[in-house]
Amino acid sequence: MAVEVLMPALSPTMEEGTLAKWMVKEGDVVKSGQIIAEIETDKATMEFEAADEGIVGRILVAEGTSGVKVNTAIMVLVEAGESADAVVAPVAAAPVAEVATPAVAAAPAALAAAVAVVSKASADWPEGTPMKTMTVREALREAMAEEMRANPAVMLMGEEVGEYQGAYKISQGLLAEFGAKRVVDTPITEMGFTGIAVGAAWGGLNPIVEFMTFNFALQAIDHILNSAAKTNYMSGGQLGCPIVFRGANGAAARVGAQHSQDFSAWYAAIPGLKVVVPYSAADAKGLLKQAIRDPNPVIFLENEIMYGQSFEVPDLPDFTIPFGKARIWREGSDVTIVSFSIGMKYALEAADLLAKEGISAEVIDLRTLRPIDYDTVLASVQKTNRCVTVEEGFPVGSIGDHLASTIMQRAFDYLDAPVVTCTGKDVPMPYAANLEKLALVTTADVVAAVKSVCYR
Amino acid sequence: MAFKKAPEKSNVSKEELLKFYREMLLIRRFEEKAGQLYGMGLIGGFCHLYIGQEAVVVGLEACTKEGDKRVTSYRDHGHMLACGMEANGVMAELTGREGGYSRGKGGSMHMFSREKHFYGGHGIVGAQVPIGAGLAFADKYKGNDNVTFTYFGDGAANQGQVYETYNMAQLWALPVIFVIENNHYAMGTSQQRSTGSETLFGRGLAYGIPGEQVDGMDVLAVKEAGEKAVAHCRAGKGPYILEMMTYRYRGHSMSDPAKYRTREEVEKMKSEKDAIEHVRDLLLTAGLSSDEDLKAIDKEIKEVVNASAEFAKASPEPAPAELWTDIYA
Repeated sequence: MAVEVLMPALSPTMEEGTLAKWMVKEGDVVKSGQIIAEIETDKATMEFEAADEGIVGRILVAEGTSGVKVNTAIMVLVEAGESADAVVAPVAAAPVAEVATPAVAAAPAALAAAVAVVSKASADWPEGTPMKTMTVREALREAMAEEMRANPAVMLMGEEVGEYQGAYKISQGLLAEFGAKRVVDTPITEMGFTGIAVGAAWGGLNPIVEFMTFNFALQAIDHILNSAAKTNYMSGGQLGCPIVFRGANGAAARVGAQHSQDFSAWYAAIPGLKVVVPYSAADAKGLLKQAIRDPNPVIFLENEIMYGQSFEVPDLPDFTIPFGKARIWREGSDVTIVSFSIGMKYALEAADLLAKEGISAEVIDLRTLRPIDYDTVLASVQKTNRCVTVEEGFPVGSIGDHLASTIMQRAFDYLDAPVVTCTGKDVPMPYAANLEKLALVTTADVVAAVKSVCYR
Repeated sequence: MAFKKAPEKSNVSKEELLKFYREMLLIRRFEEKAGQLYGMGLIGGFCHLYIGQEAVVVGLEACTKEGDKRVTSYRDHGHMLACGMEANGVMAELTGREGGYSRGKGGSMHMFSREKHFYGGHGIVGAQVPIGAGLAFADKYKGNDNVTFTYFGDGAANQGQVYETYNMAQLWALPVIFVIENNHYAMGTSQQRSTGSETLFGRGLAYGIPGEQVDGMDVLAVKEAGEKAVAHCRAGKGPYILEMMTYRYRGHSMSDPAKYRTREEVEKMKSEKDAIEHVRDLLLTAGLSSDEDLKAIDKEIKEVVNASAEFAKASPEPAPAELWTDIYA
């Protein structure tokens, strides 16, 4: 019986990929385990093996097609004497080369709308600056490459950053350009290489430490806190530590409790650290360049799900964004939604939905949590009189809790409703798909919270 | 007395012996004074004295050149004095005063001097080990021939990060000398009660790092071993391990009554192996110095130490505004 071969998911967060190459052609006999295609994800090019035996009845997606969604039928395997038409409707069998998606299609629909309403006050680049479309991944890579070109003391170290080209391909190409002296593959030894990087920073280098994910930085947290963050103070100002700790933070998808945790509020609690939580590619680039230049330890929290998302980035030779300046993504009058990192996705989607119901939400991206831009938040709350916070982390001791407390102490008389915090649920991240969805903060949570503070 | 009666190391000069004597004595008298000030309540918190171990740091400092770096644990007063940091600044840090090396914000365990290439003073057992390798990483990256002396105790030798560091230091051929100051007791736990390893330096062999055990109570033996290790590092051959067999006369910290070892054991070390008496004996026996010469040095050291105590008492406490400075560079 004919079977459809579907586009496989080759990583926890893969939603689509490029069918780079067919290794078989129509009419070929295929054995199970045989490599039938090469599929390129945003992280790697993977060989795809047949799970079934049969004859290639029809190839449904042409070689070189990008943007092929996971679970799309890409080929039909038939038995001898069988026709592929049995399972493929004529329409679906038409050439599928057109499935290639525009570069920004991966971004949430709300994003395009939000970009259009960026206020001039929050602009980080001059009017008329040419823009280019870029993923967060590319923006991070460009930031590192530019800073490494500018300063020979800047170097990158971490697991798989060099020859493997980065576990998430953030460092792709850096080894070729800068060599093994400056792009250093480490053994899997977070505590050791983090301590070494701190020593190297005191010794005059500007290390960028990539944690494959921040979950593994728990092994190194003593050096981040006790060695990097505190020594300038303990030395009476003699020993600043110019170092960037960067990597994926927060939940990816279906990787369970040990690999799905947002540490934003943890690091934000520590004096001596700076904490950066970008959402857009432009912020990722401008803030990472700023982080590399900062004479202090900077925790730079990326998000795996955001790596492949595209945004407009200013096409400038040297572009940085200062720490401690929030960005107003969308102006509004009824409620202030404050978020950061991937939380912005839900905040912006919610603002779009709320607009349709006549609720005008102002959406603020904090961008950095230490320093934190209280002024922009307070000014907005004084205007809207209502505030909802959005983040992926745990509820206890969250950034939302801290903002609620600050707003209560500094703008109590302006509030028409209690501040409501939207967070991840107070549970370790479950594996099951349905439970994982329930554990994460959602756009619907934000919509409901806004309605509650608006008494609607 | 069981000291060697003549300088067996023929290459040691009178000047060098006197320098060792002076430096070791400064550490001992300084530490005795610190203990006294602690008892008077002028020094707070944790205070770990180096008395008994002086030969290790003094012998190794004799192998250094400008640009070499050092990093150690919380038992750090001796290392600071030996690398040329001022007694006044160290003592004033112990009393938590403005005149201290960290302007009163670090304390006994957290002092630093960029000028003297002293990178702490670390309160977390073993944390200084990768940091020392990182300092060496920076020197190698810059292409100079500096060496980093990374000191840690037999207790820290059981921390996992030490072995993570060994692995990378050898892999990358970092110019770092791991100095294990084996004083036989990790706080109250003897080496026999904490490991089945016969030697601590021997663990480095698993990573391909050469090393040796050294009589850490004999400053001449320390210097000789140090020179070998330094030559190895400067030649670009990677790390080296020196396991210094030494002994601390006092408890782990000021609050430790040291009930885990016998009085006889301590007295035996003091009477038979004392590093300062050893050098004193060498100087006198060989007729290089007279009793009067050494008494004059004793007096001079006592004055330096007393002056540091006076400075540390007189230096003002940090201004309240200092609470908010130095959080960021």
